[in-house]
Amino acid sequence: MMVDLPLGFLSDFSEAFDFIFNTREAQTGGVQVGGPAEVLEFTWEHVKVSGAAIGVACAVAIPAGLALGHAGKGELLAISISNIGRAVPSLALIAFFVAYLGVGFTNVTLALVLLAIPPILTNTYVGVRQVDRDVIDAGRGMGLNPQQVVRRIELPLALPSIFGGIRTSAVNVVATATIAPLAGVLTLGDYILSANVYGQDGRLAGAILVALLALCVEAAFAGLQRLSVPRGLALGDHI
Amino acid sequence: MLAQVEIRERSGDSCIARNDFCPGWIVDNFDRYTDPLAEHLFLTVAAVACGFVIAFTLALLARRRRWIVGPIVGVTGVLYTLPSLAVFFLLLPITGRGTTTALIALTAYTLQIIFRNIITGLDNVPPDARDAGRGMGLTDRQLLWRVELPLAVPDIVAGLRIATTTTVGLATLAVFAGAGGLGEQIVTGSNITFKTGVVAAGGLAVLLALVLDVVLLTVQRLMTPWRRAQPA
Repeated sequence: MMVDLPLGFLSDFSEAFDFIFNTREAQTGGVQVGGPAEVLEFTWEHVKVSGAAIGVACAVAIPAGLALGHAGKGELLAISISNIGRAVPSLALIAFFVAYLGVGFTNVTLALVLLAIPPILTNTYVGVRQVDRDVIDAGRGMGLNPQQVVRRIELPLALPSIFGGIRTSAVNVVATATIAPLAGVLTLGDYILSANVYGQDGRLAGAILVALLALCVEAAFAGLQRLSVPRGLALGDHI
Repeated sequence: MLAQVEIRERSGDSCIARNDFCPGWIVDNFDRYTDPLAEHLFLTVAAVACGFVIAFTLALLARRRRWIVGPIVGVTGVLYTLPSLAVFFLLLPITGRGTTTALIALTAYTLQIIFRNIITGLDNVPPDARDAGRGMGLTDRQLLWRVELPLAVPDIVAGLRIATTTTVGLATLAVFAGAGGLGEQIVTGSNITFKTGVVAAGGLAVLLALVLDVVLLTVQRLMTPWRRAQPA
């Protein structure tokens, strides 16, 4: 009867939620799948591999972006790396790492790092270049050395832009970590990619969970980006 | 895995059997990439075209009623954030497997980028140009089509370029929605270890993105002849 209604797909979604909250036997028989414990385990793996990649990418891209931006050099590289990065399909990137370096947590992390670097590097560079020259001159006049100019003026003023880059990367990395099970890292994507084990309900549950995770990450980084606006700037809009 | 490789082997090339990178194999087997490439091109162009039509309509509405910009950016922002792979399977119970599902997901992804750029482009029109147009007696509609939109072309095309390049990348995932594309040549079953195939299909996707980018740039130059007159 439900099936005759145009809203019949709703029952699919309720089955998917059932998969998230209750364990059931796998399609392949034997083991139990689904349920909160397994969902948490996959979510944790998803967050771990994404977090590691974002962390490494920040450690590489932010100093590089600050250095290039401070020196005003490498504009072509800093800007075009984002465009090139966008053109490389994330699936091809992961597949390339798996085919040539093998499966595993480290290789997936490395592939995701490459994916995450361009937006952070470009945004750091642009953020530093957008700092008002007068502010830097004022800092110099107060006797700040170049390192202090970077740390006390350029970095704080570029922070909102840097967090914007991290936000873009984070959402992209979390989305791409969905295909990590193809490389032997069991993220939430396993529910989507191994429907033969988890069934259609598991697959839909995986899609729901990945979507929710991406939205949470986006919201979290949007919040961080807002918090990263230096107090002086947040108050000084009317000047 | 060896069985996988052997199925792919056609010319008895031992390079493929060892799963090395074999440029010769790509040349010999190029015909297997033409259909996926065509599908990929179709998915990308159709998604960006649909995205443009929707975003353009929304932008024209937003031009009259400024308050709807916020809600539109919010909703398209959510669509932009949702991973395509998740959207494919969220749509599965509603639209089933296939090209339609992939197209809806890819189109949804492009809306935010294109909409924002159209709005930015219209906002960037110099007030002087608008005043001059009004002074010449243009109606509101004429002002939009003859002054504002032509001046907004660079911003709009910038949005289309980002959307197109991103969509080429995302369309490799369409294989999971059963819509084909170059992803088909990267993933075999759930195997992504065929070195030559990965490089060939990935390389073709990057190439496709570059070609489409050049096409859009050319369109922009043709549509904005006045920008060529002055040295950049």
